[in-house]
Amino acid sequence: MVWQTLWMYSKVFLVGGALCALGELLCLLTRLTPARILVAFIVAGVALSALGLYGPLVEFAGAGATVPLTGFGHSLCQGVIHSVQERGWIGAFCGGLTATAGGIAAAIFFGTLVALVCKPRMKG
Amino acid sequence: MNHQKIKTDPVHYDALTKQVSPPSKLGQGLLRAFWVGGFVCVLGQIIADIGTKLLKMTTSDGFCLTAIVLVFCTAVLTGLGVFDKIGQYAGAGSFVPITGFANAMVSPAVEFRREGMVLGLGAKLFTIAGPVLVYGISASVLVGLIYAIIFP
Repeated sequence: MVWQTLWMYSKVFLVGGALCALGELLCLLTRLTPARILVAFIVAGVALSALGLYGPLVEFAGAGATVPLTGFGHSLCQGVIHSVQERGWIGAFCGGLTATAGGIAAAIFFGTLVALVCKPRMKG
Repeated sequence: MNHQKIKTDPVHYDALTKQVSPPSKLGQGLLRAFWVGGFVCVLGQIIADIGTKLLKMTTSDGFCLTAIVLVFCTAVLTGLGVFDKIGQYAGAGSFVPITGFANAMVSPAVEFRREGMVLGLGAKLFTIAGPVLVYGISASVLVGLIYAIIFP
């Protein structure tokens, strides 16, 4: 049981770390800004998920695959596909945001709260 | 007045910046991104495990909890100015996980609040998150429509 948990956490660490190292590699080797890398990661997540390649990675590595932004794309894609299976074509428009609502709403709500409380500080 | 004219064509400028900037430590950058990113994901797994095992949530609710808690922590750390320092150290290790998405929303919102509640805070919240959502959601709708056509 303990070893099983440790093994799971190692997989989470290795896969999550590898995805971030890939992002860093793109950042250092090309002149892509972080914003462009985030967009690339989320679209890649949607595409890999649609091809059925990202699901196995999530089963293998859990949060190591879902916490990086590719996992966000995976949630969007799976939400859409489940919704289409249940409701037909209209699900293509409803499922993605339903599946990712928690993270998006949290970012908007906590972001607004923090922006109201904190004063801007000088950078550098 | 004998200002030397500096050549500013892209190729020459690249060569100049390479001379001036210190040698980029590719290995070090990758290692930092790897361990910080991995650590953030392990934190996420711990939160998900607490949700599913202690709070008896479903798997998808557990991952939703992970997103909410990580976003909350990032928002607080960004507000305190700590996240910037983590970002400088870890690079992609901080912005590839969902923490980067949250930071990309909170940071400009804090900075541009003085430009007003609506067009400052409200609009700048989506400076970077906007494009991410635009292309992510568009791609997913496209996948959904293709799926609906192939499997009617």
